[in-house]
Amino acid sequence: MAKAPFRSLCAALLGLFCAAVLLWTGSAHAGQGAPAAVTPALELRVTQLAQELRCLVCQNQTIADSQAPLAVELKNQVREQLARGQSDQDVIDFMVQRYGDFVLYRPPVKASTWLLWFGPFVLLALGLLALLLKLRQKPAAPADSLTAAELAHAAALLAGESPPDESAPAARSIPAITTVANASTAATASTA
Amino acid sequence: MKRFALPLGIFLILLVFLGIGLRLKPQEIPSPFIGKPAPAFTLTQLHDAQKSFSPKDMLGKVWVLNVWASWCAPCRAELPALMALTKEAAIPIVGLNYTDTRLAGNKWLASFGNPYQLSAFDSDGKVGIDYGVYGVPETFVIDKSGFIRLKHAGPVTEDDIKDKFLPLLKELSGG
Repeated sequence: MAKAPFRSLCAALLGLFCAAVLLWTGSAHAGQGAPAAVTPALELRVTQLAQELRCLVCQNQTIADSQAPLAVELKNQVREQLARGQSDQDVIDFMVQRYGDFVLYRPPVKASTWLLWFGPFVLLALGLLALLLKLRQKPAAPADSLTAAELAHAAALLAGESPPDESAPAARSIPAITTVANASTAATASTA
Repeated sequence: MKRFALPLGIFLILLVFLGIGLRLKPQEIPSPFIGKPAPAFTLTQLHDAQKSFSPKDMLGKVWVLNVWASWCAPCRAELPALMALTKEAAIPIVGLNYTDTRLAGNKWLASFGNPYQLSAFDSDGKVGIDYGVYGVPETFVIDKSGFIRLKHAGPVTEDDIKDKFLPLLKELSGG
């Protein structure tokens, strides 16, 4: 009989304890500056937005990728502002107001960035144009026919005679001028 | 000779672009603050937590806001130039002690010299963010009506003082 009030007292104490723990952790979170309700959906928005913002310290990274103190602080700013219910555009405006267009990882298309956005396509078009013009030109006259010495060398090879400079196999792949010189020696050798 | 003209021309163009690229300073991001009012703030002073500072205290004066921190080596390097500026232009320099601790900041000023009329203590860097600070040191020139007229990223050198700051400060003070 005396057990029932004791049990309810225990339950009440437990409840009080739980509430205290919840309150305490809640206030601890608030003290750290992080918003109390960090939901996965909010984190997803923070990450998505952070991927659109350039880290100003390590300029080829987004603040999502960077662990520089400023990037971490800016990520906190993004989280705080989104948790306060501001829209993505509000946060982007906040950043642009302070850091200029440079903070946008994807540069906006405007008169000063036309060259950046369309320059590569202009270059591509110019290249294609140059290629077309080149292709439309009449092909150049074929290279001069073989010299007499080269003909003689070829004849010697066709006749089954080994060229005189067999000891230097590299001679076959060396440029034309030396081949001509070799051919003339070959010609003299074969006539000898 | 003629067949070399085109490759040589392209090469020269590339060379010009390379030359321009080498002279660019990617660290210098154009500031959106030029010609805009200096963002308002109220912070405690570094040496005395009881006193506060706000940019509106400086209205009517041309002044320089210099963002510094005790952990920042280039800040130490620019100290002589800032000292020279106070001497030559009689312009107040206010420090913004950025993401630092009071102890470290005051110790740094005591050991290396203090060119500042006072330093505002921005321990969490929130004011720094409002001013678009992305690296220290950064220096702003603010005119009599509280508009930012110049922002200099990186340490100020004696040459910067001579070529950039003094002419502008003279112009702003005279007008």
